[in-house]
Order: sequence, then C-alpha cells, then structure tokens
Amino acid sequence: MQEDTVLTMRGICKSFPGVRALANVDFTLRRGTIHALMGENGAGKSTLIKVLTGVYPMDEGEIRIDGIDGTINIRSPQEAQNYGISTVYQEITLCPNLTVAENMFIGRTQKKSVDWKTMEKRAGELLENLGIPARPKQQLGSCSLAVQQMVAIARAVDTDCKVLILDEPTSSLDDNEVSMLFGLMRELKTRGVGIIFVTHFLEQVYEVSDYITVLRNGELVGEFTVKDLPQVQLVATMIGRDLDSLSSMKKGKASALPTDSSVYEAEGLSSTESRPFDFHIAKGEVNGFTGLLGSGRSESVRAIFGADPVTGGKVKMNGKNVKISKPLDAMKHGIGYLPEDRKRDGIIADLSVRENIILALQVIKGMTHPFSRAKAEAIADEYIRTLAIKTASSDTPIKSLSGGNQQKVILARWLLTHPQYLILDEPTRGIDVGTKTEIQKLVLQLAEEGMSITFISSEIEEMLRTCSRLIVMRDRNIVGELKDEELTQERVMHTIAGGGE
Amino acid sequence: MNKQQREGALRRREPISDTQLLLTITICIFIGMYVMAMLIWGGGFKKPQMLFDILNDNAYLVIISCGLTIVMITGSIDISVGGVTAFVAMVGVMILNGKLSLFNGIIETLSLPESWRIVFAMLMSLLIGLAFGAVQGFLIAHLEIQPFIITLAGMFFARGMITIVSVDPQKAPQDLMDILQTRISIPWLGSVNKKGVLIPARMEIGVVIAVVVVVIIFILLYKRRLGRCFYAVGGNRQSALMLGVNVRKTRFLAHLLCGILSGIAGFVFMMHTGAGNATNATAAEMNAIASSIIGGTLLTGGVGNVIGTFFGVLTLSTIKSIVTTSGLRDPWWQSITTGAMLCFFILLQSVVLMRKNRGKNKKRKEDGKKDEA
Repeated sequence: MQEDTVLTMRGICKSFPGVRALANVDFTLRRGTIHALMGENGAGKSTLIKVLTGVYPMDEGEIRIDGIDGTINIRSPQEAQNYGISTVYQEITLCPNLTVAENMFIGRTQKKSVDWKTMEKRAGELLENLGIPARPKQQLGSCSLAVQQMVAIARAVDTDCKVLILDEPTSSLDDNEVSMLFGLMRELKTRGVGIIFVTHFLEQVYEVSDYITVLRNGELVGEFTVKDLPQVQLVATMIGRDLDSLSSMKKGKASALPTDSSVYEAEGLSSTESRPFDFHIAKGEVNGFTGLLGSGRSESVRAIFGADPVTGGKVKMNGKNVKISKPLDAMKHGIGYLPEDRKRDGIIADLSVRENIILALQVIKGMTHPFSRAKAEAIADEYIRTLAIKTASSDTPIKSLSGGNQQKVILARWLLTHPQYLILDEPTRGIDVGTKTEIQKLVLQLAEEGMSITFISSEIEEMLRTCSRLIVMRDRNIVGELKDEELTQERVMHTIAGGGE
Repeated sequence: MNKQQREGALRRREPISDTQLLLTITICIFIGMYVMAMLIWGGGFKKPQMLFDILNDNAYLVIISCGLTIVMITGSIDISVGGVTAFVAMVGVMILNGKLSLFNGIIETLSLPESWRIVFAMLMSLLIGLAFGAVQGFLIAHLEIQPFIITLAGMFFARGMITIVSVDPQKAPQDLMDILQTRISIPWLGSVNKKGVLIPARMEIGVVIAVVVVVIIFILLYKRRLGRCFYAVGGNRQSALMLGVNVRKTRFLAHLLCGILSGIAGFVFMMHTGAGNATNATAAEMNAIASSIIGGTLLTGGVGNVIGTFFGVLTLSTIKSIVTTSGLRDPWWQSITTGAMLCFFILLQSVVLMRKNRGKNKKRKEDGKKDEA
C-alpha cells in the first residue's frame, strides 16, 4: 500500500441472481482527497458502496485500509464503522425528535447513563470546529436539511473516520446549502479524511473533486484526475460511446416542422420540485426533454401537468391564460401525462385492464356519470385491439400483464381522452425492443394527426428518432435547445456536458 | 452565514421543544380545570381530600399509563395492560384468601406467618407482568408482528385467564386488607367537619408506589441511555438502527417494562379494592392511552414524558369527578365528557404544534430567500 492511500479495493466482484452487478472493479482512495464516483443508473455505484459498508458481502476481491495489515472483511455497517469507514446517506438517517447533540452521540457509548453536560459540550466544540451552524440543544427536526446532513457528517467524522462516503448528499439541498456542505467537505479534506462523493450533478463534481472514477455496467471504466477529464468526455465515458464513433452515427429522422401556433405555453413555470422554466409546444410537434438522471427533466413535465404542487408561473393554452395547479385541471384542458414511475403513478394494480383504461375519461366525465358496462367494454376492446395489448380479456387485472402491455394500457387511458397535448415520460423504459418501436411509431403517427407530444427517454437515439426539438437540462436548469441539423448525438452530449471542451 | 451570526445563533435561548410545550399545556389545563371546579362547585373540591381521593382511586392507572407511555414513545402500543392488571389483581386476592392451594402448601410446609401471603402476592404480580411483557415483547420486537394484534390477543388471554382462575368474584380477608390498606395521614391537609373534629387527609400506599414509579421512569427516560434509545426508536426506527441503537432489544425492553408495570399496577389495584373480579379495571388500557395522549405523548412515537402522563391521569379523573359532582350521575355522561375532552385535547395539541412549526418553516423559508438575495 502506498504512503498516501487510505483505501484500496481490488478485483471486487458481486453478482445477484441473474445480474452481474460488479465485475472486477478496482478503486483507490487517497488521503485528503475528494474522489467522485460516477456512473449512470445501474452502473454499480451503489453496489460498490454497499460492499464497502458491509451491507452486501462481496463475491471476490480484497479490501485494504490504512493502518491495518492485510485484507479486511467487512460484514456489517457497524464493522465498517469500526474500520473507520463512515457513510452519510442521501436520506438523512438521524432522529428528528432528538437534539443535535444526542444525534451525534447516541448509540456510540456503552455507558448506561447520559451525561448531558459533557455530551452537549463536546457536541458544541465539534460543531464550532467544523463551522456547522447548529446548537447542541436544538431539536434536530428544527434544522434545515443541509444542517441535518452536516450533523450527520459531524457524527461520522467524530468516530475516528478515515473514509467518508457521501451518497448523493446534495440531491435535496439548494445552492446555498450545497456551498455550505462543500465548505465542510473541504475542511475535512485538509484534515486528511478521504471522501468518496457519489452524485449525479456534474458541476458539483468539478467544483470539489480531485479524482473521478467512472463505472459503467458494473465495470470499471477508469480513474481520472479532474484536470484530465473535461465534462464532455466524462459524459461520453459514462454513457459509453466514443465521440468519434458518435459523429459517424446516422442522424435520426426528425418529424415534420411544427406550425407556429402554440398549443401550450408556459412562462416561469415552477413547482415544489422544479425551478422556473419557460416552455412552449406547437400543434403537431414532438419535442423532448433530455439530460442526465436527476437533471430535472421529469420534474419539469410534472410541473406542466400539475403533478407536483405548482408554485408559480403563467400558463397559456391556445393563446388563452389558464390555471393549472393540479392534475385534474390539466386533464380538463386536454393534457395527458404518462408518468415515469409506472408502478407508483400509473397503474392501479388490482383493477382490471378495462377499468384502468377508462379511468382518466371517467374522472373527466365526473363520478356521477358512470359508464355503462357495455360501453366500457366496447371502449376497452377497441383500444386493446388498436394498440395490440396482449391480455387474456379486458377483465384481467392489470398487474398480471407484462411491463410493455401495462404501458400500452396507460397509453390507451390517455388516448381515450383525446388530449391536445400528451406528455410521455420514459414510455419505453423496461419494455422489450418490439414494443419500443411500436410506441415510437405511434408517437409519430399521433403527431401527424395533430397531437402535440413531449417525449422523454434516457436513450438519446430514441429521442433523436422521434423529436424535432430537444430541450437540454443540466442540474435542474434548461441549458440549451436543439433542433433540425443540431440534432446529433454529439451535439446533445456536448450540451448536456455544458459545452465544456 | 458569517461568524458573528453563528455565534449569535449559538447564544440564542433554546426555543421550547415540542415535548415541553405539550407538557406545559397539560399542566396548565389541569390546574385551570381544578381551580374552576373549586370556584364553581366548591364543597368537595375545596378540600384537599378530594385530590387525594382521586389519587387513591387512580394510583393503579398512573402506573399503567407510565408503562404505556414508554411503549408509545417507542412508536408501539400495548392494549393488554388492563387485562393483565385485572388478572394480577385476581391472582393476588386468591393468594390472600387462600383459594390457590399451591401457595397454601408453600406457606404450610415452610410454616410461614399468614402475612407472608402478601409477599407471595407481590412476587406473583411481578412475575405475571414480566411474563406478559416478555412474551409480547419477544413477538413484537423479534418476530416483528403488529403490536396491536399481539397485545389484543394478550388482552383476551388475560381476561380469559381471570375466569379460569375463578368464575366467582373473590374477596381478600379483612385482616390482610387492613395491612394493605394502611393509610398515611397528613393532618395539616385535613379539614374540620361539621362537629368540629379534624379529619386528616388520607393517602394510600399505592399513591406512594405510583409516585415512585413516575420518578424512576422519568429518570430512566431522561438520564439513561436506554430511555434515550426509546425516543430514538420512536423517532425513526430505521435511523436509530443506523445510529447504532439495538432496535430489537430496545423495543423488547419497552414492552417488558410495560408488562412489569401492569403487574405492579395490578397489585396496587388489589391493595385499593381488595376484590378480584372479571370486570376489574375494565377499559383501563383505553383510559391509559387517553391519559398518555392528554399528557402529550404522541401515538406516532418519539414524543412524550411521564410527568405529562401523570397529569394526564389527574386531568382525566378530575373530569370524571366534575361530571359526577355536577349532578350527572349516569355513567354515560362520564364517557361522553371524556370523549369530548380527549377530542379537544388532541385538536389543541395538533393546532398548537402546527402553529409553532408553521411559524418556524415560514421563517426558514424567509431566511433562505434573504440568503439568496
């Protein structure tokens, strides 16, 4: 082990039934550095962290830590902590009903009685030392999220910590809070703590990190210093294509140019989850939001539909001012939304296919005017036929259908309401290639018939094939808009990465 | 935030916590109500004996409620407490009146004096309470079965066991009851009756036991690691686990303690009434839950304390006394008023907490805006 390394992981392998989550991954952490761990969804970041913290046992490989000869075997989070590996998770794992001081010390001593004075004094010293704006006697629940996060970090570093893992610590913080957190991270760095920083915010990586390790599909892509890896290259490494090979790829077919009349127009629209943004879509246009996971693309369309509480902004439909603050408003104005999380927001698992299909139309019609059974059956059968939904009958509960067919049922639900504007958030996720193509074709066909569609997908090729305009988001802001000949994979990736060289 | 601001924030007096706030409300309401009763109905309420009567009658309820408060702080529930109390009281009475042959045998073979029956009754109370607490605690903490269901089963089981031990109501012999019902006289709180004779205020031993229990549990909850673990587990079980709290052991001990306290409560109940009956301590679990809630314990866990619970019991029983004194002697009036008061208390609590926390959130938002500007 070299002088300045605190942690080395060599040849880590981990498989779950049917999936190889980590294949021969190496990772080295140096003393007093911040090391970003990057990768898209399913790249193996969280598995690697969980192996290191003893949540999952590893299948193969070795872990060494500074100060201990030979390899170590971490079997539980408690053991990891004893080796000096502390973790602060995205969700704050403290007790809101206890005081700040208690949260920093509970569960760490075997002493039977609580010495409040000493505990609060020590907590006060540590908080002051690290510059955390919290009082030891304060109830934790009354602190802001960022401060709670920092208290968790203070607790972690107080336990003679060599390795600090921060798993998406910034995802629920605002800019101001993030910079407070970064201040604390830099402070810890000067004290020689090695920090593993997991995040999907590119800017933040470049703001604080020294090294970047990129994982993809459970494999190590490489370790880089921040200087050597410009943002665009990082995105390419994460997504896994060389820029050169991308340039040569055939450009997707864009749909016909939209006419000028805007079906939907938003100015400064914001919700509790999204920042203010401007957006418009014309009749018969297919456009898309793109960006890395967590860039705010889903949050933006949710704001359009009123799925999260809307906090501000002006919305016009067909030139007239309208107020859309909840999904029912949006539906009444002819907006449909196919949600990203099908299981949670889309299907009603125990209801039949038929009931799931007529649901949205029924809601618009009102509860007091139920459809007759015959009418509902006729409608359901029609859509089952036209969308080729594979189901035993319209009476089958939707939960027994495959993912792709469930998705078609939700699509049928919205098509039935004849929306002017349809939002499809990841309609092709987790479904087979055949159905994917069918859905893409359907999108283009609907647009030709005059429907406006916003299409979101993690697969850039898919969006290039269907959209005539792409809105690019990064770190929860719109950073660019691409259309016509700008719609190449290379351009999209450059914009996602922030045009960095 | 610059250094000066931070120091200012550190020096600022700590705002009152939710627990303290709820406790203050309870105590204020109790005192207010009692003073009101003194002014309106005078008579009985003006004599200190009225307060001691309330304490004498409800000492057992105080002890049960302490146990329930602990369990509720961990975010769990125990509705078997009333049944266990009644079961313990029945067994105790039967040990005293010699209808349990096992204990007669022990006393005869060891040729112990009759008063030793009290010792056995005491030991059996603790043992039965411990057994209920341990079994329920094990099932809830280690097998993670819903506490409501387990303790519901425990309640039926305990009530059923009473009838198995004896179908007929039992009475403890007078000589032993005389020992148990020894009263502590407090002459300076006494009152002079119509004939001009001073009648000292009397307090039963059960009240002393109840107060000792309240003090011990208070220290446990505030000063001991275990007590703080109860709060941590109730605040957020997953977080407590990540913070290194042994969640299973903590939950087990909470239920164990609650069981033991139900046992003690049963003995105190027996000391007060001297009777064993299948309908003893009916709905005591519900009264205990109500008292804990009035005292500021949240059903959701993580918040509560026994001083509040003590005043909760007092408040609840004072309401009942007021209803009786004001001439509404039919039992349903007590239920109706209790129900209305409980509703009022919970509304008051949530309104006060909501107002307090809304102010805070608003302030936090404004602070954020200022910072951005």
